[in-house]
Amino acid sequence: MGDSHAYDVLVVGGGATGAGVLRDLARRGLRTLLIERDDFGTGTTGRYHGLLHSGGRYVAKDALAARECIAENRILRRIAPASIEDTGGYFVATPDDPDDYVDGFQAACAAADVDCEEIPVADAFRAEPALNPRIRRVFRLPDGSVEPWQLIESNVADARAHGSDAWTYQRLVGMERDGGRIVSATLRDERSGSVTRITPRFVVSCAGAWSGQIAAMVDVTVTMHPGKGTMLIFNQRMTDTVVNRCHKSSDGDIMVPVHTVAILGTTEQRVEDPDRYEITRDEVAALIREGEKLFPDLGRMRLLRAYAGVRPLYQPPAEVTAAAMKDGRQISRAHTVIDHDAMDGVENFVTIVGGKLTTFRRMAEDTVDLVCAKLGVTEPCTTADAILPNQVPGKTYWLGHRLAEHEAEGGGDADLLCECEFVTRPMLDDFLDRHPGCSIDDVRRGTRIGMGPCQGGFCTFRAAGLVGERARRVGAADVAESADRAILGFLRERFKGTRPIAAGRQLQEQWMISGVYEGGLGVRSLIEHETPEASREVVDVHR
Amino acid sequence: MTIAELIFDAQEEAVGYSSDECLKCNVCVTVCPVARVTDLFPGPKYVGPQAQRFRTGRAQPVQVPGTPFALSPDLTVDYCSGCGWCTTACPAGVKIAEMNSQSRARMKAGKRPKLRDWGLGQTDLVGQMGVLVSPITNRVLFNGPIRTIMEWTVGIHRDAPFPRFGKRTFQSTWKRRQKRLGSRPLPGPDKAVVYFHGCSANYYEQHVAAAAIAILKRNGFETIIPEQVCCGLPMISNALYGDARKKARKNIDALVGYARQGYRIIGTSTSCTHTIKAEYHEMLDVKDDDATVVANATWDICEFLLDLHEQGKLDTRFGRLDEDLPYHAPCQLRSHGIGLPAMELFALVPGLRAADMDHDCCGIAGTYGMKKEKYPIGMAVGAPLFDKIRASGAAEAACDSETCRWQIEKATGTRTRHPIEILLQAYRVADAAGGATPGPLSGAGTRAP
Repeated sequence: MGDSHAYDVLVVGGGATGAGVLRDLARRGLRTLLIERDDFGTGTTGRYHGLLHSGGRYVAKDALAARECIAENRILRRIAPASIEDTGGYFVATPDDPDDYVDGFQAACAAADVDCEEIPVADAFRAEPALNPRIRRVFRLPDGSVEPWQLIESNVADARAHGSDAWTYQRLVGMERDGGRIVSATLRDERSGSVTRITPRFVVSCAGAWSGQIAAMVDVTVTMHPGKGTMLIFNQRMTDTVVNRCHKSSDGDIMVPVHTVAILGTTEQRVEDPDRYEITRDEVAALIREGEKLFPDLGRMRLLRAYAGVRPLYQPPAEVTAAAMKDGRQISRAHTVIDHDAMDGVENFVTIVGGKLTTFRRMAEDTVDLVCAKLGVTEPCTTADAILPNQVPGKTYWLGHRLAEHEAEGGGDADLLCECEFVTRPMLDDFLDRHPGCSIDDVRRGTRIGMGPCQGGFCTFRAAGLVGERARRVGAADVAESADRAILGFLRERFKGTRPIAAGRQLQEQWMISGVYEGGLGVRSLIEHETPEASREVVDVHR
Repeated sequence: MTIAELIFDAQEEAVGYSSDECLKCNVCVTVCPVARVTDLFPGPKYVGPQAQRFRTGRAQPVQVPGTPFALSPDLTVDYCSGCGWCTTACPAGVKIAEMNSQSRARMKAGKRPKLRDWGLGQTDLVGQMGVLVSPITNRVLFNGPIRTIMEWTVGIHRDAPFPRFGKRTFQSTWKRRQKRLGSRPLPGPDKAVVYFHGCSANYYEQHVAAAAIAILKRNGFETIIPEQVCCGLPMISNALYGDARKKARKNIDALVGYARQGYRIIGTSTSCTHTIKAEYHEMLDVKDDDATVVANATWDICEFLLDLHEQGKLDTRFGRLDEDLPYHAPCQLRSHGIGLPAMELFALVPGLRAADMDHDCCGIAGTYGMKKEKYPIGMAVGAPLFDKIRASGAAEAACDSETCRWQIEKATGTRTRHPIEILLQAYRVADAAGGATPGPLSGAGTRAP
């Protein structure tokens, strides 16, 4: 990469919002660069519960957000079917849910244009036998589940097809401000350490919970209130339908089937630093207790992992809201586009905060409308109409597809590297071809390798072998080291999420995998070459 | 409550959720007799707990080109023989074989079963008809050209082992005998047992039923034989769950009255007794009180005889049988979890040199090895067993399961009998040698010299 790159717009943050903004800008003819300090979707986007909102969760307290959700839900089904599983959603009234909420639910849905139909409870029990038999009413809404990494890849691919670009592992280390303008941005390659300076005409921050840190680089204050949401991943889908409690949204009241697993969400807790938080065992136990109101056998089902995402919560100052209302622009309570020209006197800088994955496209549209107005671009937004690349109209995700493909004529010839998630050697080869220099954790987001019950136990060494084989093919000097790094890095990441739930079957699994890696493969001898802190990560597994 | 308490809360898991127990350790793969010999079967871990996570009640939104089924993604699970070794070996308690059976049923649900699979499930119907015209059926089933045509048309392999139909069913013989003897008071549960003969003894091997009755009588038990039907296992194996449930219900209703009075239910077909003991509950989801009472009262005949012996109540005055006896323990017997009672009984017979062939599966697995596309797999599975039996040079072999006996006889040319037939022969040798009338019984644990 050279010293300078002629981009119209720099987008900071490779989550769904950043990818959506990148795509929208590119389609309106602005040459744009997206940068991400890690891999795509490693922040809040990749740490959410997989729900494609119908809007049902917001109808009572935030009709505007509900309207936005259902509108975007319909659009995403059209433009990104492969990233969406049409699970449908139930809103169920358990004995713990108040009658007045349940009674008013259908009317609230109708008012927000959210499709809602009450169905006989017997039908719901037939479709989902694991449901709590004491559920007394069931409403069906068009919820779904969505695969965030594929969605980002599609958006980035579309942007690239329109002449824009996206770089991962590029950290924004500084921006230079000259009076009321940002004149340049400095990036550091997180893997090689090389530094690049670019001079965009405009900067859009899509850094979510990290937005405050980006704005601070040009002495602008954006006060975020990062909210941690903890989720639990169950080994298999006890439901093929999204199930919500029919009450005012709260902790542990939604189960979303995503790919082979089911995810119970969520909690709400303020954290100071979006990069530092922990998940406690009490939180896990409390989630399970709540979840048992939906699925009474939940406590017996195998947990794979606990994880948390940090919501990019932002409460705009009251005077800003009032000012915006005055110019007729409607600000959704769901997300906020901050115009730093009007607020802070930086004319070519915008931050987008709040929102949710379901509405990422709308958030991007609102943001790009403002950017275009400032740059004098009049092209209309087309992201709601154009189907994303590599998508087939109407062909939504089907859980059985990997098994079916492996079972089809000739499919079984491909070596299974990850037996839990049916990731084959050709799939891994293809991903490594397209993402040179990536880690196995990047491969995981792209292919789901290591996301099943053994959490990488039986695929990590196979994948590491493949990485080493490639290193040898290109004549690298550190063939063995690259395989070692691949093993250690991946194990560390996988073990991290299992610690808060380490009990029962998943603890047995951990013991066995530790036996394989420590006893069989002597992974401890690799740890000795690592920093003390890093070694503790792996050794601590059993504590 | 802690998470551990929440998670450890319940011990008993449904078959479907038992895949949660899988630690991916591969023990099941290493014991699978089928995966060992063919690439057509990707192994119990793959088709069991792994594939389970991808099965869903929802159809494909748009059919993936070239994929086998719109609803179920599965195909290779059909190559599971159902021998049950995986479930037996799993250290974590995953019910793999049961899961496979259910998946196969699901895969075939809503489609008309193949005539062959349907026919192989209908042992009662086929048996009744076969016995009715047994001279013809036997000629047909042992005629080479006709068997070749059958292979082409029906899909039953031309070389697959078939039994010969008897002249009449065991049930009708028994009823005739009861009529001749007239009605007598029923002895108590310590003096009589219920006999579950199963299809093989009813239609093909009436001599096994006769041996069972003789052995039970010799040890002081009258035999009660209520009306009964096929246990349902052939239907389970051929994905006909609805039919199997009807059979289960009929048998439970016929047996539960006796079981509640304390009568034990003794079977000579180790796969029938295992079906009643375990599969009604686990595979067919028949789990009411009656089913549990019947299951708990059911015994495999060798298990029962060994139990008598342990209580010092078995007549151990066996005559000398000076012969080598290769013995194959069927898969279903291992699923009982009762050890190898036949081997312990053989040790009571003077001169008898019984040898456990120590091979997992003969390859027939009920009706699996009869099917055209699976016959070569079954033969490969059983090959080491056949070699050992042939190498022993023994004149006869023993095995507790009928289809295994047919398979071994067909593959090795060695006559293969039920263990109780061997035991009965030993009693007869003793009788011929003099002690024609039964004398005092053995003490506990005594063994013949």
